[in-house]
Amino acid sequence: MSEKKTDRRDFLFTATYAVGAVGVGATIWPMIDQMNPDASVKALASTEVDISAVSPGKTITVLWRGKPVFIRRRTQEEITEARAVKLEELKDPETDEDRARDPEWLVMLGVCTHLGCVPLDQKGDYNGWFCPCHGSHYDTSGRIRKGPAPTNMEIPKYEFVDANTIKIG
Amino acid sequence: MSDHEYTPKSKVGKWFNDRLPLLTLANHLTDYPTPKNLNYWWTFGGILTFCLITQIVTGLVLAMHYIAHADMAFDSVEHIMRDVNYGWLIRYIHANGASMFFLAVYIHIFRSLFYGSYKSPREIIWIIGIIIYLLMMAAAFMGYVLPWGQMSFWGATVITNLFSAIPLVGEGIVTWLWGGYSVDNPTLTRFFTLHYLIPFLILGLVVLHIWALHVPGNNNPVGIDIKKPSKDTVPFHPYIVIKDGFALLMFMIVFAFFVFYTPNILGHADNYIEADPLVTPAHIVPEWYLLPFYAILRSVPDKLLGVVAMLSAILILAALPWLDTSKIRSAVFRPLYKQFYWILVADVLILGYVGAMPAEGLYLLVARIATAYYFLHFLVILPVLGFKEKTLPIPLSITEPIMGGSPNLATAKNKESLNK
Repeated sequence: MSEKKTDRRDFLFTATYAVGAVGVGATIWPMIDQMNPDASVKALASTEVDISAVSPGKTITVLWRGKPVFIRRRTQEEITEARAVKLEELKDPETDEDRARDPEWLVMLGVCTHLGCVPLDQKGDYNGWFCPCHGSHYDTSGRIRKGPAPTNMEIPKYEFVDANTIKIG
Repeated sequence: MSDHEYTPKSKVGKWFNDRLPLLTLANHLTDYPTPKNLNYWWTFGGILTFCLITQIVTGLVLAMHYIAHADMAFDSVEHIMRDVNYGWLIRYIHANGASMFFLAVYIHIFRSLFYGSYKSPREIIWIIGIIIYLLMMAAAFMGYVLPWGQMSFWGATVITNLFSAIPLVGEGIVTWLWGGYSVDNPTLTRFFTLHYLIPFLILGLVVLHIWALHVPGNNNPVGIDIKKPSKDTVPFHPYIVIKDGFALLMFMIVFAFFVFYTPNILGHADNYIEADPLVTPAHIVPEWYLLPFYAILRSVPDKLLGVVAMLSAILILAALPWLDTSKIRSAVFRPLYKQFYWILVADVLILGYVGAMPAEGLYLLVARIATAYYFLHFLVILPVLGFKEKTLPIPLSITEPIMGGSPNLATAKNKESLNK
């Protein structure tokens, strides 16, 4: 049995494989990345909403990045109910103070964190939202309380431009 | 492939066949020795080929009129229904054709389960079949998105969101699948492309499926190895061609009934409402053929585990040749397996039923029990049964039970060892 020695040819093979792999990778990546959000989709990053017509106990739904955003002007009872909940009772612990900086206004993505349906307003066991698809119940702060959804409904980045305008995104 | 050398009779035929042996292939397919006891459950392979061709032909025609754009897709489908000559007919054949395709494939799969067609030496045929089944589900799901109705949109949202259950990279994968931050125009155009591609992938796999089948030959209702060709076999043409043709005619009557008399009964009325990203329909249900798996998804209260359970329920089928430890193929000679087989059929039907119902109360409880039983069947009952079951004696040949005697010594030896 002859001992296998590394020679010039082995080096050439390895170098060829390495260059080939880089070439294949560089060719495949654009094919994969073209499926990610394009520049025109990313350009629709923020939207401004006039909230002057929203009275207490009403929710408006606006479209942001193709997704519904709930803007709810909560009643005093809802705020009290949301703030009275103990963190231990929650599946995804988060205080209402963190979710609604201005307690009257709850701004959140109207997308169930289970599989992306739009939950229904003022429904379910916790007077908040109820997802009709697979039965997730959310409270008046949009926190998951019962059902298959793993997390609370997401709070997008938003700010009050003035007293009557919210900028989302 | 062929058991004997074939020489075309004509000079031109011989000249051509020497260069490309297509005539040898045609001869192999005509003479292919087939067990003579194949019953009508064996005609669904041919029926499925018909379904695939029907979907490809009607799909090509629909693609000439359909517009894959979020603003125009819904209207272009209505345009096909109202303005295009025979557009209603072509679309109804395509839409109901998907259901007929799944009806036939479920019968085909359950035939394999009953007669043990997935067992050695036919494991590769079976696994190719499972891949075809997975591709069929992908094609059907993406095709259902194309009309851009409410069920299209929300079905697409729910199914693509299944990937968000994957830890860490899930959200990124979903955004990548969508080409945006929700299901929208980029999603529609790529689904159209893939929906167009997949049937041709299936066609290629069907060729492999049949190729792999022609190596050991067909299983049969008795489930024994037979000598080929022998007095246990008949040539594929004309015997099986005629039988398959007759079954296909019967199947086409059912097909035509749906197309001409109740073309929308298998669909959902909500899909005649244009997609609206702000409103989720009150009750989202997938098409009937996905309901058992949908029920499994919903019966698990955890998001990730629900998705894992649903995928496992399908992929577990690929491991079936190794999970079933019994050496006897046909359920005819397995008294216990035969009973468990019918319980499994009932279990899948129950899963399908609760999948269509709201996920609450008694329905949820039933779904959970049925899901548990589904996995119990494949992971516990089948492996144990192979060792515990007292099987009935298998005949020496297909002819033996009727005529007595055996034309096949190998089978006789095999039988002796199995009946010990």
